[in-house]
Parts: sequence; C-alpha cells; structure tokens
Amino acid sequence: MSAWYMLTIVGRDQPGIVAQISNGLFEAGYQLGETSMMRLGGNFTMMLMVSRGTNGNATGENVIDEDEINEAKIKAQLQPCLTDLDLRVHLDPIEAHLHEHITPNLRVSVYGADRPGIVARVTNILQQQDFNILDLESDVAGSDDKPIYIMHIEGVCQSSADDLEQALNRESKSEIDIKVFPIDTLIG
Amino acid sequence: MAVLPILTYPDSALKQISKEVEDINASLLSFISQLEETMRAGSGGVGIAAPQVGRIERIAIVDVSSKAKIDQHGRLVLINPEISRWDGMKVGREGCMSVPDFTGNVIRADQIELTYLDERGEQQQLEANGYEARAIQHELDHLDGLLFLDRLVSRHNDLFKRKVYK
Ligand SMILES: [Zn+2]
Repeated sequence: MSAWYMLTIVGRDQPGIVAQISNGLFEAGYQLGETSMMRLGGNFTMMLMVSRGTNGNATGENVIDEDEINEAKIKAQLQPCLTDLDLRVHLDPIEAHLHEHITPNLRVSVYGADRPGIVARVTNILQQQDFNILDLESDVAGSDDKPIYIMHIEGVCQSSADDLEQALNRESKSEIDIKVFPIDTLIG
Repeated sequence: MAVLPILTYPDSALKQISKEVEDINASLLSFISQLEETMRAGSGGVGIAAPQVGRIERIAIVDVSSKAKIDQHGRLVLINPEISRWDGMKVGREGCMSVPDFTGNVIRADQIELTYLDERGEQQQLEANGYEARAIQHELDHLDGLLFLDRLVSRHNDLFKRKVYK
C-alpha cells in the first residue's frame, strides 16, 4: 500500500493554480489520490491526497523513497509555483485508503437567514440521529444586510427521509427550512 | 448456468456499439438466462446489458421490482430495444457494475416510450417512467458504448446554483 499524505493549499484565487500545482507535483514524482478544490470566500482552497506512488499498483512494489516526503521537501519542490502564486502549503501524514467509497442514502438540504449556529445546530441533531456525514458544503448567499445560509449534506442514516426531516424540524426550533431527500443509487 | 464475469472499465468491449440480434434461438436464450443470473448475483443491480459480459449484442435486462412503491413492469428482457419518445428530465444518482466504487449524478429522461423484442421474438412496446425509465436508459447506453461516466453532471446540480440578478 502507498503511504498517503494530505496536502492542503490555500491562497488568493487566480487562474491557473490547479494546473501549476498538479504539474509541479507530477514533475516531482508524486501521485494523486482523491482531491477537492473549492473557492471559499474568494480564496483558493485545495486538499489533495498525495503519495510517492506505486504507479497505480496496490501491491506496494516500486515505492520510491516514501520516507522522504515531508512538508519542507514538498514546499521546496513546489517552490517555483508557490512563490509566483503566493500560496500557503501544509502537509500531514494520513491513514488513507482508496476504493472504499461509502454510498450516501440521504441528502439534507438546509437554508435560512444567516444566523450564528445553524451548522452547529443541524449537525448536532444529525449526530443524535446517528447520521454519518460524508459530504458537507455550505455557502452564504443573499447580500450583506440579508444573508442567506445554504447547506447541503449527504450521508448515511438508518432513519427514513421523512422521519429524519421531522426530527430535524422538531429539534431545530427555528425558522430554517430543512428538507431531507432519499438518494436512491441505481446500479446497472 | 453460470454467473458470467463482469467486464470493468477500461475494457474495450464497454466502448463498442452492439449489433442487432438477428435470430432468437436456444443458444441466445441460454445466454440471456446466464446474463440474468449475473445481474441477480450482483448486489442491488437492477439491470445489465450484454456488452458488460463481453457479448456485443443489443440485449439488456431490467428488473426494478425490488424497489418499493414505484411504477414498473417487473422483469424485462429487451432485445433490439429502441427508445421512441423521451419526456422530462431528472437528475438521479447512478453507479454501474462495470465502474466499481464510484457513483455520480446523471440527467435522464423522466418518461420514455420503448419498442423491443421479447424472448419469443415478439415486438413489444411499453412506457416507463422514473426509476425504471432511468434503469432502461442506463442499460441501453451500454448497447451504444456509453457509460454513465459519459453523462455525469456535477453533484452540485442537485441544488440549483445561485444566480446573481442585477
Ligand atoms: Zn452499467
């Protein structure tokens, strides 16, 4: 198995960052696993699973100088694009596996006037309902004087969509709109 | 009778356009029962197409009867199927036995009309909607060398992205 690291890159967004970073990593011999890139508040944010690679082969053969991965080294290797792009980089060793996706069965959609604590309130109720969050995204829309908080969560839960929706609406005790939809994945 | 091995991407068989079935004979029927057994052996599979086991012919099986409370026709063996009408659009989550460990959102017609030959070689016609229509479209895509990966839309499409009106 490859040893995986989580590479976090944050900075001011500008065109071409993803291409330069991924090219820099490729040139330096890194292999990518799952990645996500998002713009948050106009900032570039990206998390990438990186390893020293086994060329797609999970048997662990041909692992090259795995031990030498560290934050200082990866910063040095990416230096040309980091300086040009003014990005900040962080690296953590992680326990990670590929090919073990969990399929979500429920989707929770929440929106309301932007008030402190919406995320905390909703996710705490989800936790009480044994809802395992696999994916969460939230966004602030509207305007400065009338912000709207929008959140989208997918996960696994034994409750039915209707039961969970009722529990969320009962427990949240506030004027947020919460809907729960089943995700019925068709396998064919 | 045997469960056939399922080909997975990037097997080139999955990218070929299947040819029409010319003759519905005993050996074809025996293949169809093996294809069905293979579909039922996969956990949760509601459809299968012949190219998924390497036979590049226009044959698919769909059976969504395991799903509660939906419109459906039960077990369908579709030979030389052809969709003659599409209506409506809906985003739904799909996966495929030929693409392990990945699911994604795909837009499909919500209602379709279909002609096909059944196992006796008789011309049939049916209307399907919702989940069953989605399953049929997924399987018929296999007959044209298409995977759901060819039709993925962003998972964010579940929500209509905000627009700024000014
Ligand atoms: Zn498929």
